[in-house]
Amino acid sequence: MANKIFLVIKREYLARVKRRSFIVATIITPLIFPSILGVFLWIALSDMPLEGSKIIEVVDENRTFMLESNEMFVFSYRGLDREEAREQVVQGNRYGYLYIPDLDVNRPLGITFYSVEPPGLSMIGNLEAAIQKKLEEIKLFASGIDPEVLSDLKTPVNIKAMRLAIGGGETVSNTVVNYGVGFIAGILIYTFIFVYGNQIMQGVIEEKSSRIIEILVSSLKPFQLMMGKIIGIGAVGLTQFLIWIILIGLVSSLVMGYFGLQMPQQQLLEMSGSEMANWQNENTQLFEIMELIQGIDFYTLIFSFLIYFVGGYLLYGAFFAAIGAAVDNPSDAQQFMFPVTIPLLMAYMGLFIFVLDDPNSNASYWLSIIPFTSPVAMMGRVSYGVPWIELALSISLLTSGFLFTTWAAGKIYRIGILVHGSKVSYKTLWKWIKQN
Amino acid sequence: MCILKIESLNKRYGHHVALRDFHLAVPQGTVFGLLGPNGAGKTTLIRIVNQIIDQDSGSIWINGESLKLSHVRNIGYLPEERGLYKAMKVEDQLLYFAQIKGLEARAAASKIHLWLEKLSLIPWKSKKIEELSKGMAQKVQFIATVIHEPKLLILDEPFSGFDPVNAEIIKNEILELKNKGTTIILSTHRMESVELLCDHIAMINKADKILDGPVKEIKKNAKMHRYRVKLVPNPGMVLPSFEHYKQEEDHVSFTVALEGKAPNEVISELMDYGEVHCFEEIIPSIEEIFIQKINESHG
Repeated sequence: MANKIFLVIKREYLARVKRRSFIVATIITPLIFPSILGVFLWIALSDMPLEGSKIIEVVDENRTFMLESNEMFVFSYRGLDREEAREQVVQGNRYGYLYIPDLDVNRPLGITFYSVEPPGLSMIGNLEAAIQKKLEEIKLFASGIDPEVLSDLKTPVNIKAMRLAIGGGETVSNTVVNYGVGFIAGILIYTFIFVYGNQIMQGVIEEKSSRIIEILVSSLKPFQLMMGKIIGIGAVGLTQFLIWIILIGLVSSLVMGYFGLQMPQQQLLEMSGSEMANWQNENTQLFEIMELIQGIDFYTLIFSFLIYFVGGYLLYGAFFAAIGAAVDNPSDAQQFMFPVTIPLLMAYMGLFIFVLDDPNSNASYWLSIIPFTSPVAMMGRVSYGVPWIELALSISLLTSGFLFTTWAAGKIYRIGILVHGSKVSYKTLWKWIKQN
Repeated sequence: MCILKIESLNKRYGHHVALRDFHLAVPQGTVFGLLGPNGAGKTTLIRIVNQIIDQDSGSIWINGESLKLSHVRNIGYLPEERGLYKAMKVEDQLLYFAQIKGLEARAAASKIHLWLEKLSLIPWKSKKIEELSKGMAQKVQFIATVIHEPKLLILDEPFSGFDPVNAEIIKNEILELKNKGTTIILSTHRMESVELLCDHIAMINKADKILDGPVKEIKKNAKMHRYRVKLVPNPGMVLPSFEHYKQEEDHVSFTVALEGKAPNEVISELMDYGEVHCFEEIIPSIEEIFIQKINESHG
């Protein structure tokens, strides 16, 4: 019997993996991400010197606004009048000119920037910040405080969050990293369920509409056929996923390498002890990130990702198979999609509204326990650390959840695949489930 | 020895009775016709034998063994509604169908080759079904049904959808399989199409079996002892009134009943009226017998 399920799995797997569309999607998708990254890096790097060379003539009636040049602008003070400055801009010697009229430091009105190209928002923002800073200095000076003293008062603070383990020991925890991990894992599971669940449904409809189904069920039990299809397509998804991870890793390090940015792990691995100590002092921020990544419990994370990835897929996969069996073509499937889309959407929205915001709230707890939402919601919590008892409860409920949906779907599937041309309602489905 | 035996089989769908206290015995090595109009219960019966659906009550034996899952290995089934995976290659597809019936991959491969050769499909073995003509796809479908050399072959409306040339090829293959000892059940509502093929028939109407037996016997029992006569009357002869009397160009035709007399006696009586050109017994077709049976059961 198990042998026959394996035959179905093999057929479903090979039929999809050999398809040209699969090969193209599997290779193209991971290339998109690093190439976008590459394009951004290229634009950023090639633009930088150009931005720096923007020279702005300042026409200052007060003769007090000595603005500091920054990475965007170089300010020039040649004491030109407005007419001369305008001439310089039109001839292209200056990017633009800034006119500062004689003004009251408390009500600085009438400051105007003139340029041929319309300036971007960030440019205006940059100019405003420069002028504000200057005004601050002027006012401070007027009230007798040395700006140097004031800047000494400002000390940057960075709180490091440490998580205490009940059994002893502590790990670094960072909300941003945890948020990112939960976000990515949750979205991945959500997308995977939808994309591959749809493939299950299409596959069932194909067998039904091409009338292969009756030949198949005279050789196999409908349940073997359904499980074989669900598992086979799941294996296709996992294969694609694995190839993506490998390709993204490979291409990303190639792109980064090209721009001289080595992957931090690699750099660390190549360092000796003393170099390491030096490097730590120089790159405190980078080191902190490294420390954070090391703080994540990767074993629990990967373990739960696999469990929820597979569990969620099986739970919803059974639904998709049942829907495919109940209808004659994909357009009829819409009416039965609610039981699938509603809980999945709830899980997805719950992930953002509750779980990532406060992983320990009541709503987060329930979303990560109920089997229909737990695959997406629990992944949002895992990186923050979840008591193992909750994890165990959630996983065992998910297991009974997919055993239940598979059982119910099997009942619908068994009858549905042989029904052609009649309109099926929820009532009919219920009758099929009750039938022996 | 009966390869298939069915006793007291009942199946209902809600309020609709599909099969009522149904009995059937299919002798080994025959071509067995399962005849009846659409909706009579034929497909339900076949699906139960193929273990696609369960009966409500009753028992089924294959070669004396109560029907069980492993029997799928011994049964070949060509459903009325049939198809193939369009994007799958001919060879891969046949291998898959053979394997799910329980055949080993290596044994299946050599059988597939033989069949493809036999039906001249070798050049197409690596093509996908969607690249084949309809006739070729039908041949592949037939191979898929018989590839595991079933002892019992069940064909539901086998000739529907086949063009005449392919129907003839398939008919010959069926007879060849029969000569090799395969038992074949042919289910159809087009009774004239199987009359010459079947040794044995059972007729189903509205969930009940109304007739069952060897074709020869059924036909013999259905004889009405009437003869069709063609005769050139002697000049000036006035004929008595015959049934179905018809004046043709150079002769007259009519029917006569034996009414207890021997055929030769009737012929000699007819010779008095003129020259007898034709004296032929009227044998009802299976379809006529069926209609007669239905009328009887209503009467």
